Amino acid sequence: MVAGLVAVTRRDLLLAWKRPGDVLNPLFFFAMVCTLFPLAVGPSPEQLTFSGPGVLWVAALLAALLSLNSLFLGDHEDGSLDQLLVSAQPLPMLVLGKTLAHWLTSGLPLVLISPVLALTYRMPGNVMGVLMLTLLLGTICLSLLGSIGAALTVGLNRGTALLGLLILPLAMPVLLLGANTVSLAAGNEMYTTGVWALAAYAVAAISLAPYATAAALRISNE
Amino acid sequence: MTAKLSGSDLTLIRGERCLFEGLSFALEPGQLLLLEGENGSGKTSLMRAIAMLLSLESGEICWNGEPVLSQRQEYHGALVWLAHRTGLKGDLTLVENLRFENALRPQNRIDIDEVLSRLGIGRLKSLPVRSLSAGQQRRVALARMLLADVPLWLLDEPFTNLDRNGRLLVMQLVEEHLDGGGLCVMAAHQDVSVDALVKRVSL
Repeated sequence: MVAGLVAVTRRDLLLAWKRPGDVLNPLFFFAMVCTLFPLAVGPSPEQLTFSGPGVLWVAALLAALLSLNSLFLGDHEDGSLDQLLVSAQPLPMLVLGKTLAHWLTSGLPLVLISPVLALTYRMPGNVMGVLMLTLLLGTICLSLLGSIGAALTVGLNRGTALLGLLILPLAMPVLLLGANTVSLAAGNEMYTTGVWALAAYAVAAISLAPYATAAALRISNE
Repeated sequence: MTAKLSGSDLTLIRGERCLFEGLSFALEPGQLLLLEGENGSGKTSLMRAIAMLLSLESGEICWNGEPVLSQRQEYHGALVWLAHRTGLKGDLTLVENLRFENALRPQNRIDIDEVLSRLGIGRLKSLPVRSLSAGQQRRVALARMLLADVPLWLLDEPFTNLDRNGRLLVMQLVEEHLDGGGLCVMAAHQDVSVDALVKRVSL
């Protein structure tokens, strides 16, 4: 059962390795938004500390959305999506493998460079830790939610705007929880509740989203 | 267990158009089902319905006497599907593509190198698929059939882009498959000369 997951993840990582542009695009977008914002609003430390968590989180959400559109598009165009659908492996596991590869190449890099960008917002070390932890859980949620949207829009031309509309309502709790948790940590208040809630969201997404995505793919690939 | 594929009373409507209605067929080991018809008559749609990529308006497709809907995974484990779009990744090399196919079917035991030399593409194996000609890419897609040791072959226009030798090779491979007790469903424009029992469905 895991064979399909491993095979798809390996293939997609290999593809990402051969086309690094797709991986770097969302990362550049994230870095640009986060560095341009302080330039636009001015360097006052209070303002930057205050808006840092929100800006970092919004930028991460949009960067994750940006990369989602291509999740199934390539497979749909070259016919390998058909091959996955007639494969003897359980489709939800194949879908989970694709989402895992997508997260490793688009979500995880965001988490890893976030401390560097957080420096711009004068974020202290312990808050950076909370930022990375919430982004880690949050990007997992976004990749999985996004896979449902990407599966539903795969047969449509220019589904990007629709994809955003479909996912944003589901992604709102992730954004609110993430940004607020980091703000609370920055204000030296209790923040663990938010982390647990995000973790619960991530676990629910891992266990449910692949089934929804698999069903959506079967419908939209007809 | 003798493998058997049958469809009864199949009806498919796409948009406003009824592509076929009340269509039935039955296929036994060693037989070839040839789908014939003009462009746009619904050959590919019927193939996709047989592969469970398209749901039918009514009717039932059975594999070994059981409806395929109730045994999706077993059924998909017993077939390979070759379509117009080859399903190969242009950025990956030929061997990387086929290794992925093998990883999806852990029971595959057949050597990749052997299959490639049989298809006459052995020397291309470390090239990215993107750099191959359309006919060569089609030969790579044929390797999928040979690697998987399964009873049912679904071939949608297998002769596209192939040269004369390539077409003969496909017919020879199909013949061998049928001799070994396999089943094959094929949609083709040109006449197919295979030394086996050929059933025809005209759309």
